Amino acid sequence: MTILLKLLNTAAGLAFAPLLIGVINRTKAWCAGRTGPPLLQPYHDLRKLFRKGAVYSESSSWILRAGPVVGLSAVVTAATIIPFGGLPVLLSFNGDLILFAYLFGLARFFTILMALDSGSSFEGMGASREAAFSALAEPVLLLTLAVIAKYTGQISFSKIFPAIDFGYWPKAGPAFVLIGLALLIVFLAENARIPVDDPNTHLELTMIHEAMVLDHSGPDLGMIHYAAAVKMWLLGALLTQIIVPVRGGGRLADVAAALLAMMLLAAVVGLIESSMARLRLQRVPQLLVGAAALSILAAILV
Amino acid sequence: MALFLLGLAVIFSGGLASLLWGRKPGAADGLGAAGAVAGGVIAAVPAFRILLGAPAASLQWNWNIPYGSFYIQIDSLSAFFLIPIIGLSVIAAVYGSDYLRAYRDRKNLGVAWFFYNLLLIGMMLVVVARNGVLFLIAWETMSLASFFLVTFEYEKPMVRRAGWIYLIAMHIGTAFLIVFFLLLGRHAGSLNFDAISGVPSSLASALFLLAIVGFGTKAGFMPLHVWLPYAHPAAPSHVSAVMSGVMIKTGIYGLVRTLTILGPPQEWWCWTLIAIGAVSGIAGVLFALAQHDLKRLLAYHSVENIGIITLGLGLGLLGVNMNAPTLAVLGFAGGLFHVVNHAVFKGLLFLGAGSVIKSCGTGQIDALGGIIKRMPWTAFAFLTGSIAISGLPPLNGFASEFLIYLGVFRGDIDAGFKAAIPELAIIGGLALIGGLALACFTKAFGIIFLGHPRSEAAERAREAGWGMRAATTALAVLCVLLGLLSPLVIQSVKGPISLISGFDDELARVVLGYATRVLIGFVSVSAVLIAVTAFFAVLRRRLLRGRSVRRAPTWDCGYARPTPKMQYTASSFAQPLTDLFKIFLRSKKDVSLPEGLFPGRSHFHTDTKDVSEEYLHEPAFEWITSFLGKFKWLQHGRLQIYILYIALTLLALLIWKL
Repeated sequence: MTILLKLLNTAAGLAFAPLLIGVINRTKAWCAGRTGPPLLQPYHDLRKLFRKGAVYSESSSWILRAGPVVGLSAVVTAATIIPFGGLPVLLSFNGDLILFAYLFGLARFFTILMALDSGSSFEGMGASREAAFSALAEPVLLLTLAVIAKYTGQISFSKIFPAIDFGYWPKAGPAFVLIGLALLIVFLAENARIPVDDPNTHLELTMIHEAMVLDHSGPDLGMIHYAAAVKMWLLGALLTQIIVPVRGGGRLADVAAALLAMMLLAAVVGLIESSMARLRLQRVPQLLVGAAALSILAAILV
Repeated sequence: MALFLLGLAVIFSGGLASLLWGRKPGAADGLGAAGAVAGGVIAAVPAFRILLGAPAASLQWNWNIPYGSFYIQIDSLSAFFLIPIIGLSVIAAVYGSDYLRAYRDRKNLGVAWFFYNLLLIGMMLVVVARNGVLFLIAWETMSLASFFLVTFEYEKPMVRRAGWIYLIAMHIGTAFLIVFFLLLGRHAGSLNFDAISGVPSSLASALFLLAIVGFGTKAGFMPLHVWLPYAHPAAPSHVSAVMSGVMIKTGIYGLVRTLTILGPPQEWWCWTLIAIGAVSGIAGVLFALAQHDLKRLLAYHSVENIGIITLGLGLGLLGVNMNAPTLAVLGFAGGLFHVVNHAVFKGLLFLGAGSVIKSCGTGQIDALGGIIKRMPWTAFAFLTGSIAISGLPPLNGFASEFLIYLGVFRGDIDAGFKAAIPELAIIGGLALIGGLALACFTKAFGIIFLGHPRSEAAERAREAGWGMRAATTALAVLCVLLGLLSPLVIQSVKGPISLISGFDDELARVVLGYATRVLIGFVSVSAVLIAVTAFFAVLRRRLLRGRSVRRAPTWDCGYARPTPKMQYTASSFAQPLTDLFKIFLRSKKDVSLPEGLFPGRSHFHTDTKDVSEEYLHEPAFEWITSFLGKFKWLQHGRLQIYILYIALTLLALLIWKL
């Protein structure tokens, strides 16, 4: 029974991840007064990609092919160590939150390499920016994790999440607001959303993530898109379970509440994307350093 | 102990034989390397035995030198450092016998092998010496032997300059160590390490500072690191691997051994070490990012990793000071484990760099590219090393950094740091180091091995010989094993930790159990990661079976004929980060932009000099030169006058003693 629940925890993330993107796109369409694609469009896109053949760049090596596989595997592995909606996790140990952050590092390492493998200047540009911005986003993520660990006195997700409840608002409300903001910025930056990156611009000099995958096609591209969705799900799960820790209504209600929180997050991202422009690239580091400052401030308040 | 001495003798005779028959082509390589390998294996046996729990072995012969005695002892701490020293030197010797082949008709390789084996002996003696005089002799042997190895290609002016910088840096360090031992000897009346006890706290603090400068120069603490970016690129690659992988660790060893002598640590020592660690770590990786030369880049990464090690040791010491065993054990375990891990992956990266340089004739990153297709073995090994040094799971680099992270997280919860800021600085610093290292090694691997060749030399690259390939592959396998077997490997730090911290064995065992469980968690996640990767790799293959899989030119947004020149270069890749940190890096740009309707040649060049060299060392040395210039009249070059000086000095001393 427990093992089933544990698998369910991972499976929930893997199954619902593309839905987040559907909700974001739907929200954006709604804001723009369009009908927009169906909610399940991301699933159809993935199915289409996984059915196709592939074209590879002549200059590429096996790195270009290994990149999507390693990137997807790293985020799927990360999905086995973060609990969702009070479900038990497959693997839980002290310090799993650090490993969680570093698994994204592994995915990023291979994404950057596969972009450089194509020899394209566009992909090199995307890779360079990804390396620079994520080097700044990583400290923010770990600092916020440190604040949470300090607050709860625990260093494992399975013990941290149960330790957080709405009782924190009177106790450490300001700190949690700051953490929430910092995590939201990390969420937007790491998932290539506005105001850091624009997922809709394929061919502009401003792009980051989309530029790195120009030479991938078929199942490889499918894996990349799916990995991006799962990554968004995982970082979103981290954010929502800290900020809106709804709990205590029985297992089913808890999971449903967590799902609802995720969809709300997606809607918020949709609203942000509809109401903001992308920042100039030179401003992005300032945003990320600002996020680091927020989490440091939070640590002092906790 | 007999085996250890036998090992030393075999290594020495190998070197000597190589020196005697050095003129015969091939003989020098064979004899020197064989001596190092055979002697190393023999001497490693007692080290392994002691690390696995056998009692410490010692040997003492009296000497006629004041305060001196030939007193050596292998305890668990010595054994812990001996194994990477011997291991990496043996692997690098195999590599060297292949690497030096190209120099056979130009150089006397006998000399090179003699000094290589002497360097190995020096390093081994440093970590077993238990007498100050013997320690200094071994220390000098090590420094001088490596000096002759650095200046192997002495006909190049750059190499000579590197050699001088190295020699001077080493001797400034040694000067501090001599003062260190003199003070220690005056207090204890003996220079045998076990005779020293009860050092008063003010003297201990002075000794601590001397040790920081003396050993820190060897280890490469910022800003004492200036010799590294010169010496490592100048030396032959197997020597750079040994120097960067293990020789600089003797500085760490010296510091750790000092801490066992000085008694209970004071709080400001801990914070000093942590600050040095953080500064070296961040500044090291930043300067690495701005480099264009592969070996210089790797040299700066040594500064970074020494920083991480020092950070771990500082945290451990803080745990001892605050009586927080978990923090102490996690910090020390992480720091010491990183010593071994860094030896493995940095050795691997330097050897890989050597293969690239030998094959392409240049280590300039921007002149390379696309050689993964011509050097698949080297590329795979270098990739493994790059992942490991970036501290990413599932390899060994992550395992040790993980423990240090955990120490900070845990230390805050258990012991409660007095202020939140230092703790956050450590966590933020470690994360920033991780992120920048990732940027730096995606740059190094991506630009060198991937894409199109950027020069003819890179197009003509050929895979390295079997000896070189065997060495890099062995180290790559070690990176994986040390990661996946980390719960077992970490048991070996129990003895050293009890020695440094003074905790009894039981306490060390219990707390180490905590670290072990954490690492078991890491290994199980790694197992899942590997299984999932295998699953997706198979899935991808299945999906593509029977479908159209084509090769086409790189899609450059409709532009059909991209040239290698259009690719991103190392400088352009690093530019967002180097621009962001330009206040620290102070890179000099030399730009001429294309102008007009028919632009002529344009160029862009950046040069990042070492800030501490430019603003600290150069002014200091200029001042010293001008000051000492005033005493030039003492120099005549006439032997009689010098003998007179000596006689007068002796006379003065005698009168003073009367």
